[in-house]
Amino acid sequence: MSEAREFKYIGQRTIRPDGYDKVTGRANYGADLSLPGMIWGKILRSPHAHANIKNIDLSKAQAHPDVLAIATYQDFPHVQSEAFQAGEVPTDIIDLARNVLADDKVLYHGHAIAAIAARSESAAQDALSLIEVEYEVLPPVMDVADAMKPEAAVLHNNMFTQGLAEPADKASNIASRMELKKGDVAAGFALADLVVERDFYTPTVHQGYIEPHATTVRFEENGQAMVWCSTQGHFDVRASTAKLLNMPLGKLKVVASEIGGGFGGKTTVYLEPVALILSRKSGKPVKMVMTRDEVFRASGPGSATRSHVKIGAMKDGTITAMQASLCFEAGAFKGSPMGPGCMTVFTPYDVENMYIEGYDVVVNKPKVAAYRAPGAPQAEFAAEMVINEIASKLGIDPIELRLRNAAKEGTQTVYGPKLKRVGLVECLEAAKNSPQYQSALKANQGRGLAAGFWFNIGGLSSVTINMNPDGSGTILEGSPDIGGSRASMQMMAAEELGIPIDQLKPLVADTEHVAYNATTGGSRTTFATGMAVIEAAQDVVRQLKERAAAVWNITAEQVDWADGVAINTTGDDRLTVAEICKDAEKTGGQIAGTGNINARGAGPSFAVHLCDVEVDPDTGKVDVIRYTAIQDAGKAIHPSYVEGQYQGGAAQGIGWALNEEYIYNKDGIMENAGFLDYRIPLASDLPMIETVIIEIPNSFHPFGVRGVGETGIVPPLAAVATAVSEAIGVVMTDLPCSPPRVLAAIHGKS
Amino acid sequence: MVSVVYKAPDSIQAAISILSEAEIATKILAGGTDLLIQMQGLVNESRLFVDIKKIPEMMQATLGDQGLDLGPSMCCAEFTAREDIRAVYPGLVEAAFLIGSTQVQGRASVGGNLCNSSPAADTIPALMVNAAICVIAGVKGERSVSVEEFVTGVGTNCMEKGELLKLIQLPRPAKNTSDAYLRFIPRTEMDIAVAGAAVSVTLDDEGVCTAARVSIGAVAPTALLVQEAADALIGTKLDDKALQAAGDAASAAASPITDRRGTVEYRRHVVGVLTKRAAQIAATRARGN
Repeated sequence: MSEAREFKYIGQRTIRPDGYDKVTGRANYGADLSLPGMIWGKILRSPHAHANIKNIDLSKAQAHPDVLAIATYQDFPHVQSEAFQAGEVPTDIIDLARNVLADDKVLYHGHAIAAIAARSESAAQDALSLIEVEYEVLPPVMDVADAMKPEAAVLHNNMFTQGLAEPADKASNIASRMELKKGDVAAGFALADLVVERDFYTPTVHQGYIEPHATTVRFEENGQAMVWCSTQGHFDVRASTAKLLNMPLGKLKVVASEIGGGFGGKTTVYLEPVALILSRKSGKPVKMVMTRDEVFRASGPGSATRSHVKIGAMKDGTITAMQASLCFEAGAFKGSPMGPGCMTVFTPYDVENMYIEGYDVVVNKPKVAAYRAPGAPQAEFAAEMVINEIASKLGIDPIELRLRNAAKEGTQTVYGPKLKRVGLVECLEAAKNSPQYQSALKANQGRGLAAGFWFNIGGLSSVTINMNPDGSGTILEGSPDIGGSRASMQMMAAEELGIPIDQLKPLVADTEHVAYNATTGGSRTTFATGMAVIEAAQDVVRQLKERAAAVWNITAEQVDWADGVAINTTGDDRLTVAEICKDAEKTGGQIAGTGNINARGAGPSFAVHLCDVEVDPDTGKVDVIRYTAIQDAGKAIHPSYVEGQYQGGAAQGIGWALNEEYIYNKDGIMENAGFLDYRIPLASDLPMIETVIIEIPNSFHPFGVRGVGETGIVPPLAAVATAVSEAIGVVMTDLPCSPPRVLAAIHGKS
Repeated sequence: MVSVVYKAPDSIQAAISILSEAEIATKILAGGTDLLIQMQGLVNESRLFVDIKKIPEMMQATLGDQGLDLGPSMCCAEFTAREDIRAVYPGLVEAAFLIGSTQVQGRASVGGNLCNSSPAADTIPALMVNAAICVIAGVKGERSVSVEEFVTGVGTNCMEKGELLKLIQLPRPAKNTSDAYLRFIPRTEMDIAVAGAAVSVTLDDEGVCTAARVSIGAVAPTALLVQEAADALIGTKLDDKALQAAGDAASAAASPITDRRGTVEYRRHVVGVLTKRAAQIAATRARGN
């Protein structure tokens, strides 16, 4: 990172290039593509949470005059168990197949069993009732604690716990165990003047993206296929789908539509492989759109967790030992974000002695997917609650306690690397100086503060910038834009090329028009794809200099570049980008630059959130009355969208803390599969969320960028629950802090 | 052959003829904010929809010396904008204002809310405390029933085939009378009552409560008029002790269920809190402050 670089475009609040299409309704989302001759696909879903499938009789459905194809698990080419990474969470390809269409067992209410394609949506829906399935109903296993008991019904009789000292000798619901440690926690606790330990619970939650999963596909006679879908990563949709259907990648083109929210939930496949089977069998394009009910029951929510955290500290606030046991529900198939949960739980703290164990456990709920900093909100909630309790019991300000133990440059993480320069201390200082922290509280009000950490990732990104004869350009990137990233790409390219941002048009290209890009996730896009954009822009500049050199008959080294102008260092000549592009035909053809990278050096982002609540002591209702989100962005390319990420993370986290939860009945059937009773916060439920952008540059990015998309959802759970605890005088260990639970806590106190 | 038929008569008489002669399952369509959701996915049934919004008297409200004549299908947005009605029945207007969202209120109506007969309907307790009468028209003529008689169970009411709720009549409240409605939801709007309470009180010149009606919602198969709660208020100056007693009586009268919106214990407790608070608001209004 060049010191004190003066930016011309970076840091401005420009109008987003995708804004016009979105506000006018022109933008095309997942369900917006229709093709000539297209038919509709619908999915038959399990009415049971846990059952063996004894028989499926398709004959009556096949006889329906409007039914053109039916798909079941038998339509997958032979799929074998194999570790497979596409999207954010590692999986086994056979689990993916059995989640998309159940094999011999249904593992959650809503689990897909078969799909029908028919001439109309209503005929497809209608024909589902003609499929006859014979079940042997099994007891549902609905809670991680129950699932881990030796007597629990076992979901997969071939699953043996990985990561034990001694290999497991019998199948269980515990897919794996992991352990992280440094120092000696026993010795650490022996030094402590105060040890606090508690059990915590967080419920199953959904990302709550507004746009349901949707796809339109076409399988062609020559074996070529096209998938249009709403996804965070169309290259990984291609990889997963091609693997499931045994297709070469070159035969499958995936086009990412505009995306109406994802938050990690659109990083895997549900409909796409099924729709392709239906299209192949019927010879017609097939469209499939989930209902909201299906999204809740059968897409990937965030893990419910049960955890135990124990922390010891000396009277002066020095933390001597931290210990955690974290049990994550994976849903029906292994692969919860237990790993990142273990890695993040104590990372805001520079403490010598740590011991963390994690369990990945299957239950009869939908297979979890990534959800914004997957694993971290649940894990850090438990840790931050105990930290706040220690601060309270020692009579130390919670910011001072954190400053005394804050992770900083050189801190040895429990999971491996030492931290580079990070901004936690700056976030804590900003919290201390914030107007909110200085303000006084009234009766029935409480204040909570929590820190949060997320790694951020880099990875593969590919970008092409095609220059036009008038000096304008098109940026072809492959990262679906879920948070305003096209604006950032446009600004970074403009900064590097030295031309106005409106001369550059950023486009999210399909899998055939740009090389591979990793899925939009891990807060990677502005960092990694941004670096690829910068590299592509530098490639364009290099060529522009060569062309100018050719015009002037000098070497490229004799050409300087400043503010979008080539300068002849041997004379007074100047050539603008537009002038060079206009005459490019005379100097070797039109100009295109590429940046194909595997980005390293992602910069972790720390955050500190402050929450004030008022609790109605008669009803237990919690109102968030003031909220400040403070986070290190490294460098805010477009400050409005950085603030938007902070506010969005806080809003989702407040919902998680206050009212969101999957409510199941005794048969394992979700009772609130809709936005009426799955209560995400409304605009009127929230105060304006104040933001503070801290900028401690990431030295591995040319402009200093860290990712900002995920960290913001980590602190709110503990910030809100601590504020409620302070207001009512009872520590809230179980989420959500819904009115009945808060009222019960108030009544339990007296 | 499945057929979906839509008819929009322009008079009550024409509507009754259509309703009484219908040979397939028939639904009366007012704003449709409940009905259209209930109809989703029913692709195999023939249905007749009778849209009553083209009937002028269904869409009007007249406030006079005798009280309010409310056309059942007047949309909540129009109803709640009527300052004259709000001045007399503030509790009923605030109940109507809680239905759905701003957009939904452009369609939803008090009559629709009543005929949908949900235990959690916001306007039903407010209608009950105002002693509202339902005027039902049918081929055999008209009949009038109280709201308490109108609603018979979860989603059911006393209307028979061929009948239409043509008018909701509210008597003019006595001097120094006012009402209030409160509901509890975990959020601020766009939700369904976990519990609700409406209270109407009449004060004499000394500030003593001479008449009261208390109705609670979402805590039983239908909204309930709770005489014991009213009795706890009558004869008092609506002091804290009386309000608490009314709240306790409301809690005692409730017979709620546990579901995704609340537990038995929680609903029973909160309906008491709401009753107490609604009585307080109604008293303040009746005192004229």
